Amino acid sequence: MSEELLKIDDLHVAFSTRRGMVEAVRGVTLAVQSGEMLGLVGESGSGKSVTGFATTRLLDAAGRVIGGKILFRGQDVTKLRGDDLRQLQGAAMSMIFQNPRAALNPIRTIGLQIADAILTHKRISKEAARAEALDLLRAVQIRDPEARMSAYPHELSGGMCQRVMIAIAISCNPSLLIADEPTTGLDVTTQKVVMDLLADIAAARGMATILITHDLGLAARYCRRIAVMERGRIVEEADPRRLFSAPQHAYTRRLVAASPTATSRIEDLVTEEEREAYAAVVSKPRTEVAHGTPPLLEVRKLAKRFDQGSAAVADFSMTMAGGESVGLVGESGSGKSTTSRMICRLIDPSEGDIVFDGQSIGHIASRDFHGSPFRKDIQMVFQDPNESLNPRYSAFDCIAHPLMRLDGMRAGDALRKRVEECAQRVGLPLDLLPRFPHQLSGGQKARVGIARAIACRPRLLVLDEPTAALDVSVQAVVLQLLDRLRRENDIALLFVSHDLNVVRMLCDRTIVLRNGGIVEQGESRALFDNPKTDYTRKLVEAIPHIQTGPVLAVAL
Amino acid sequence: MLPYILRRIVSTLPVMAIVALFVFSLLYIAPGDPAVVIAGDQASPEDVERIRQSLGLDRPFLIQFGSWVWRILHGDLGTSIFTNLPVSTMIGQRLGPTLSLMCVTLLLTIAVAVPLGVVAAWKAGSFIDRAIMAFAVFGFSLPVFVVGYVLAYVFALELEWLPVQGYTPLTEGFWPWLQNLILPAIALGCVYIALVARITRATMLEVLQQDYIRTARAKGMGQGGILFIHALKNAAVPIVTVIGIGIALLIGGAVVTESVFAIPGLGRLTIDAILRRDYPVIQGIVLLFSFVYVLVNLMIDVTYTLVDPRIRY
Repeated sequence: MSEELLKIDDLHVAFSTRRGMVEAVRGVTLAVQSGEMLGLVGESGSGKSVTGFATTRLLDAAGRVIGGKILFRGQDVTKLRGDDLRQLQGAAMSMIFQNPRAALNPIRTIGLQIADAILTHKRISKEAARAEALDLLRAVQIRDPEARMSAYPHELSGGMCQRVMIAIAISCNPSLLIADEPTTGLDVTTQKVVMDLLADIAAARGMATILITHDLGLAARYCRRIAVMERGRIVEEADPRRLFSAPQHAYTRRLVAASPTATSRIEDLVTEEEREAYAAVVSKPRTEVAHGTPPLLEVRKLAKRFDQGSAAVADFSMTMAGGESVGLVGESGSGKSTTSRMICRLIDPSEGDIVFDGQSIGHIASRDFHGSPFRKDIQMVFQDPNESLNPRYSAFDCIAHPLMRLDGMRAGDALRKRVEECAQRVGLPLDLLPRFPHQLSGGQKARVGIARAIACRPRLLVLDEPTAALDVSVQAVVLQLLDRLRRENDIALLFVSHDLNVVRMLCDRTIVLRNGGIVEQGESRALFDNPKTDYTRKLVEAIPHIQTGPVLAVAL
Repeated sequence: MLPYILRRIVSTLPVMAIVALFVFSLLYIAPGDPAVVIAGDQASPEDVERIRQSLGLDRPFLIQFGSWVWRILHGDLGTSIFTNLPVSTMIGQRLGPTLSLMCVTLLLTIAVAVPLGVVAAWKAGSFIDRAIMAFAVFGFSLPVFVVGYVLAYVFALELEWLPVQGYTPLTEGFWPWLQNLILPAIALGCVYIALVARITRATMLEVLQQDYIRTARAKGMGQGGILFIHALKNAAVPIVTVIGIGIALLIGGAVVTESVFAIPGLGRLTIDAILRRDYPVIQGIVLLFSFVYVLVNLMIDVTYTLVDPRIRY
């Protein structure tokens, strides 16, 4: 009933780097049937994207196919050149990318960008191409398509940009679409809408799709077959149900364990062998806060308006006890980051007050807050461990800097000891301390960021999407680390995230934000199990869960 | 768009005022008393005093400045101490050749440098790229007068393809006019071409790394479409900036080039005026150049908004 559309046979791809050739793909064999949606899952560096780029012939100049074949409709793609290649690209096979806003030309209207794709492959007039582009915008369900034709990418949201990318990709009715992390970086509800749209379009047009993702839950929801990649090889290939209920390969087992689900606890995020070490920490009871003690943090009617515009945050109030962990969730634009930055005293609130440990700190201007004694007590961990570390500071400098600035320590043995102690607390090997950020992995950088934040022994740690840029297995380790720090040192955590599974595990209480206001709040588990508002229900339903029950994949 | 341009013009006014103040102060900062210079060697102290009074040099600084600005606003740049001609007339006579030279050089630069930079970026690392960059280093290191004399020797004296020096106004025909400007424009443009080619290459290299270029490739677009439709326009802002800054370079270079090729332009007038301490003329020329430069900056800013929709006005 279905024929083989793409057959990758023992593919090897290498990149030339300063240290010689590095093989990123080492013998991938894979087949895709017409009209099927295949999930290609793996962590960063597994070679999943490189496989995709090799197939569409979009590898960087440094990358080269050094072995194997990619047969598309029986034709070896790796041998195509010039016009033959271009006739294939964007016509018979096309690709959509991670970070849709960057993938669109910022200074060209989206109408023209869609028309570009059409005019490259069809000999039709510009007016006809424009009309087709308009139809495509309708097909990807963009509201008010006529007006959007002349819009620029920066005028659209991330989700809208990805719809435009889908419109470009399907403009010439390809038989194969490769989607490389199409929804990474979009918030959960947008992710669901975009993925549903993509699945519908693929089904309606009989287009085969390879969904490249690090998110097992996402692949499980939309694909009938999933291939798991590790270090350039496919280690396991199965239908989602079998993959999750009975993973064969050790790596798949680790990946499945690390992926948070609706019911998982932090200690579940490792395989059973690794669990025992962690159990000792978890069993340690948390110090109960005595009744009647004033809260550590009290936020009263906080509001923020930018440039006389509408309020980014309005009437936000909350309290936090010492050692408590509170989650702040919501879609992008809900005001959660703005709120967290106000509480960190990085930006000034327009209204309201922030009381920390009984003292009002809301009135201290953010530019002067570095001189406040409370700066030590409130520290933050930022979203992107790559961007938030100074590339010219070694890991040691990075952790030592706040100690010197806020604790008044001088360079010397005492400082060295403190830095090493911080590194040990976050599980950062001491021999990594002299390294610079680019010499560290994502997980190691995340640890440096956390070590820096806890160096001055803060009482409140504000974390803005601290694991959003990390692989699931690294995320699992970081989450365990944060939970352990909270239990051991009684640090209160304010955790800003759009990943509800993570918030459910890590946070005692959760506050749901929408358009700058609180929609719902309560004890995390209860809140997610029985959402009281439609908005929270929508958020919860949008999370792709790993299903061990019946497969949800779109029927073809 | 129009309100934006108007706002930008208004915002240049303080700049022009400061430039005017500076230009006017030249008279006081510079050594030598203009009254003594004008009066000549045989003049008596009374003569000098009379001249000083007739020029208004004995009045307070601010009053002098005020009346000077007032006259300029009415189009009166003063009278040359040396020739007794109105400064505006003298500048007007010399404006044509300099403007011609600068325009031809500018067009030549854009026509040569931008394609060179694009090709170098496209073929980055190849022999072509290295050749273009070597040429750029070469063009950058040679002084205008050296290039000028070599060009004049080879193409005018030896090969006799083009005239050695001089200037023919455009009113006497396009070819005679251009003929006289080709060699000076090449000599003057050398540094400029090298600069713009390098910037074009660097910016293009960066743009070609962007995700949207990969998208264009994914669409199956050809190399030309990618380079010129998607990449070059995105690289335009830094290129336009450097071309604009380069106009300042051209003004300086024009003074030397006009001497080498005996073109009766503003450059020559500037040198003559400086040597004669003809202050009104110096002031007029500096004021004009400053005005041109402010105008060019304004044009660059407006170009930004045309090129990049993200720059709001």
